[in-house]
Amino acid sequence: MKILSKYLTTVGVASILGLSTAASAATDLTMYYPVAVGGSLTKIVDGMVDKFEAENPDININAIYAGNYNDARVKALAALQSGSPAQLSVMFSIDIHELRNLEAIVAFDDLVSTDEERQWLNSFYPALMENGKADGKTWGVPFQRSTIVMYYNKDMFRAAGLDPEMPPTSWEEFVSMGKKLTKKGANGTVDQWGAMIPSTGYPYWMFGALTKQNSEVLMNQEGTETYFDKPGVVEALEYWQDLGNKHGIMPKGMIEWGTLRQNFLDQTTAIMWHSTGNLTTVKNKANFDFGVAKLPGNKELGSPTGGGNFYIFEKSSAEEKKAALKFVKFMTSAEQAAHWSKSTGYMGVGPSAYETETLKTYLKTFPPAAVARDQLTHATAELATHEAGRVRKYLDDAIQAALTGQSSAEDALTGAQKQAERILRRYK
Amino acid sequence: MHNRFNLKAWLLLLPALSFLIAFTHWPTLKSIWRSFTWARSDVAPSQFVGLENYQLLLDDPVFWKVFENNFWYAVGTVPTSIALAIMMALWVNSKIRGTSLLRLAFFTPTILPMITVANIWLFFYSPQIGLFNQLLALVGIEGPNWLGDPDLALSSLMVMTVWKEAGFFMIFYLAALQTLSPELYAAAKLEGASAWRIFRKITFPLLMPTTLFVLINAILNAFKLVDHLFILTKGGPNNESNLLLYYIYETAFSFLDSYYAATLTVVMLATLAVIALVQMLLLDRKIHYR
Repeated sequence: MKILSKYLTTVGVASILGLSTAASAATDLTMYYPVAVGGSLTKIVDGMVDKFEAENPDININAIYAGNYNDARVKALAALQSGSPAQLSVMFSIDIHELRNLEAIVAFDDLVSTDEERQWLNSFYPALMENGKADGKTWGVPFQRSTIVMYYNKDMFRAAGLDPEMPPTSWEEFVSMGKKLTKKGANGTVDQWGAMIPSTGYPYWMFGALTKQNSEVLMNQEGTETYFDKPGVVEALEYWQDLGNKHGIMPKGMIEWGTLRQNFLDQTTAIMWHSTGNLTTVKNKANFDFGVAKLPGNKELGSPTGGGNFYIFEKSSAEEKKAALKFVKFMTSAEQAAHWSKSTGYMGVGPSAYETETLKTYLKTFPPAAVARDQLTHATAELATHEAGRVRKYLDDAIQAALTGQSSAEDALTGAQKQAERILRRYK
Repeated sequence: MHNRFNLKAWLLLLPALSFLIAFTHWPTLKSIWRSFTWARSDVAPSQFVGLENYQLLLDDPVFWKVFENNFWYAVGTVPTSIALAIMMALWVNSKIRGTSLLRLAFFTPTILPMITVANIWLFFYSPQIGLFNQLLALVGIEGPNWLGDPDLALSSLMVMTVWKEAGFFMIFYLAALQTLSPELYAAAKLEGASAWRIFRKITFPLLMPTTLFVLINAILNAFKLVDHLFILTKGGPNNESNLLLYYIYETAFSFLDSYYAATLTVVMLATLAVIALVQMLLLDRKIHYR
């Protein structure tokens, strides 16, 4: 509506002044973007877009909120196939191989022309670029990026006799502290769980953390091989199973991604693993003392990165691509990245964001905001393969089958690996 | 004269017909054609592969799972919501005070969009903080993980669906009840028939046209309505609550395999067509129309 009225005003003013050419010289860009964690993220994006348009009156951005990551891809691809395409979009960082197979996106290396632009392309944290690179080129520029972090309830740690500044750093500690944090009520039912790791929504993502902590990865960089049935990977799933079945520090069965944050805020669990994208909401809503820490490790620390990258579409004019690049540069500039990070909890995408006054002051008053960044040194890429949707589902189904006790971790993962191999054979 | 009238009729039908053809019949034909072709990706040219996609479908355990789930989902939701709808309609049709409030109360779930309902029920079903388990906790029972337990997930979806649908069907029954002639009931009373006998011999048979209509709609909805899956379970855990249409959506938009999605769509269309035909042929003869 705002955009429409703005457009009408522009057209109106232009026609009064007889400047019809001025209006047609503006470049219009359509962009789809997803929000995966809820909250008022759309307002923040709109605010940033407005600022860009104020600075660049010759470019109009039509930013369309398109649901979760899956929906955003569906809508952007549908728009591409119809006559009214989008010129750029924020989409899942792991969509890269499929978008390339569809010949939908262009490499940023082919768009940057000046030294300053090349420098910009090299200014991001390398760990965040892992999911954006293929065949030696950069196809996705990091924007709403996250890692999984551990949120914990410091009040509960105190009540259980644990040091609230010493959250668990290893798998053993996670279990032993979890046991102390699990409280049963008078009738034997659990009132307070030690920990919760969500197993719906994005189970493969949580599992990516556990496997990395066990020094394994789930796939190769080219996205043509998966390693679901390696012993270290199976062991990681068995550990996840044990948290509920053997150690009893986590509810058995599925733990819902969508309601987990509310569980944590309602203090039914002492620890949750969740996206950093929840940080600002948790900060605003928690009426208890909470902390944020890196995930615990086994052989090493680890978390996959996650979230959305900017992509620029092939089907757009040279002029539109130039304008799109300008917009992406603006959105990922130090000042904007800092503002975005502070408002949402997603991380600043490059070191320069953390050198701004905005984030420096914020980190001083709220140190947890730095955890996601500090964890980047232990980060690995998120599961991204060819036919990513299918391969991801094989793994998701296997994880859920194992966690609900329908099959053993080994059987489930061996099955998923076989199915993934069958699909990926064509892409080698 | 006759010819001109025909032309006029066709012209009047044209707007509706062109929409039907453009958005129903043409896509249907295209889906059927597509189910016999395959291509590496959406940008590559497709080729005719005969029945290969259907062969894949027969070998696909997830397809059989969602088909079976959909069967039980229909069996679980359709009769229950129809029975509830009749009971509610009879109740709010009786001459007691406050029936309009009651009608509104029964109809409310229908007014709410499915996505909204699912978001509310997601929190009802939530194991630790959810309404249901908190109520159970009051009487000392540890409630189950409604959506996360493979044995319960589909049933939990069914309960919500019945709650959502029954009020809608009630409206049709209520409308039908109000057209029934009071003389029949007066006569039955004179004969000293019991309430149950009146229902069985008069009300229920006279409601049969409505029941057929509702039955067809309810079964179609059991296949058509999957909005809540997006919010509640996404078909999980491990496809235990996955339904055919949601699997089609996943295949088309998450796996980006429009060819296999078309194949699944054809199977779904055929299933629905067969069900509708059987209903019409079997039930239509037994129904009393005035």
